Amino acid sequence: MTVDLQAREIQPLRNTFSHVARYVGDDKPATRYQEATFGAQATSNFHYRPTWDPEYELFDASRSKVVLADWYVLKDPRQFYYGTWTMARARQQDAMESSYQFVESRDLINKMPDDLRDKVCQVIIPLRHVAWGGNMNNCMIAAYGYGTAFTAPASLHAMDELGVAQYITRLGLALDEPSVLDAGKEAWLKAPQWQALRHLVEDSFVVRDPFEIFVAQNLAIDGLLYPLIFGHFIDDHVALNGGTAVSMLSAFMVEWHEESNRWVDAVVKTAAAESEANKTLINEWTHAWSKRMHDALVPIAQMALGDKGASTLEDVFTQFQARCKKLGLSA
Amino acid sequence: MSNVFIAFQVNEESRPVVDAILADNPNATAVYSPGLVKIDAPNSLVIKRESIEEQLGQRYDLQQMQVNLVTLSGHIDEDDDQFTLSWNH
Repeated sequence: MTVDLQAREIQPLRNTFSHVARYVGDDKPATRYQEATFGAQATSNFHYRPTWDPEYELFDASRSKVVLADWYVLKDPRQFYYGTWTMARARQQDAMESSYQFVESRDLINKMPDDLRDKVCQVIIPLRHVAWGGNMNNCMIAAYGYGTAFTAPASLHAMDELGVAQYITRLGLALDEPSVLDAGKEAWLKAPQWQALRHLVEDSFVVRDPFEIFVAQNLAIDGLLYPLIFGHFIDDHVALNGGTAVSMLSAFMVEWHEESNRWVDAVVKTAAAESEANKTLINEWTHAWSKRMHDALVPIAQMALGDKGASTLEDVFTQFQARCKKLGLSA
Repeated sequence: MSNVFIAFQVNEESRPVVDAILADNPNATAVYSPGLVKIDAPNSLVIKRESIEEQLGQRYDLQQMQVNLVTLSGHIDEDDDQFTLSWNH
């Protein structure tokens, strides 16, 4: 007896869900990112307005002054949804683990000069609180923003900020005794250098417009802080003075900042390009928050880089302005 | 003139690769059969890392493509940025 095996091709009747097909068409299968994102925002039949904020619907685009005809235009160029995001972060976590192993097995921390180590602790540890602020603000965007394309990456970004806070904590524990964390908190609460930045971060907690907080946190605060601290301070100053280990242990922050900037830039650029009104608003926000962040960083740049602090901060600010110009802003 | 071809399993990982190939090689044609996609192209076919990264929105190592690669024909010229199939005779 012979068995005749035949392959039979079954054509699917539809390539994707109809709410996704409305955005991308049904002529070919949608990607996982598209299926996880498009059409996922709840838009109608809310029945009741929230008792805690009856001016708005539960999900309400008018919570932001930025007006977009369709919030799904704010696509994430990294195409992150839960799956791709966790895989990317897991890879980075593995790389960080092996960096820690390398540094610890060779005792590189103890080979750093003591004053440099103290300096790193002094500058880096209080930044846990800034990263935690970034977590709060991105949670706010995820909760009150509109459109899954905008809010879903914000919630991933919130977890990333928390990850950065944890990496800073771990760095502190690698550099010194656990009491260094308490000292960092004390400095954050009381040392005069940190008060302007703390004031800024705490003021950002009461901003009610999700897009304004996006601009403030992800563009202005992080956009100035990361190049100054993890770029100029850690990777240039500390690494050159015998602290390569610190540079290795903060590799995630640099990599993550570069990667997430692509998302931040895409969102700002798209929203600003949609209308003059949006552009004016985003411009004002960028201008105000980056100016304040610049001023708050003056004492920190001074503390971190000494005499070179002021000029380095100006360089960072000039580069930030060039970045904004590329996004169609005039900040 | 003879064809070169490359075939991949049809899945989420190979899709950006196939899309990038079709965008970079206007003469290439993709034939889908159950579970498999075979791309034919006259004379040569190039796979560029940059185009795949554009489709994917993330960094891509060309060797990742081997996971879903089923078969190919042609002489291979490969480096970090591109993978070219052609006939060298």
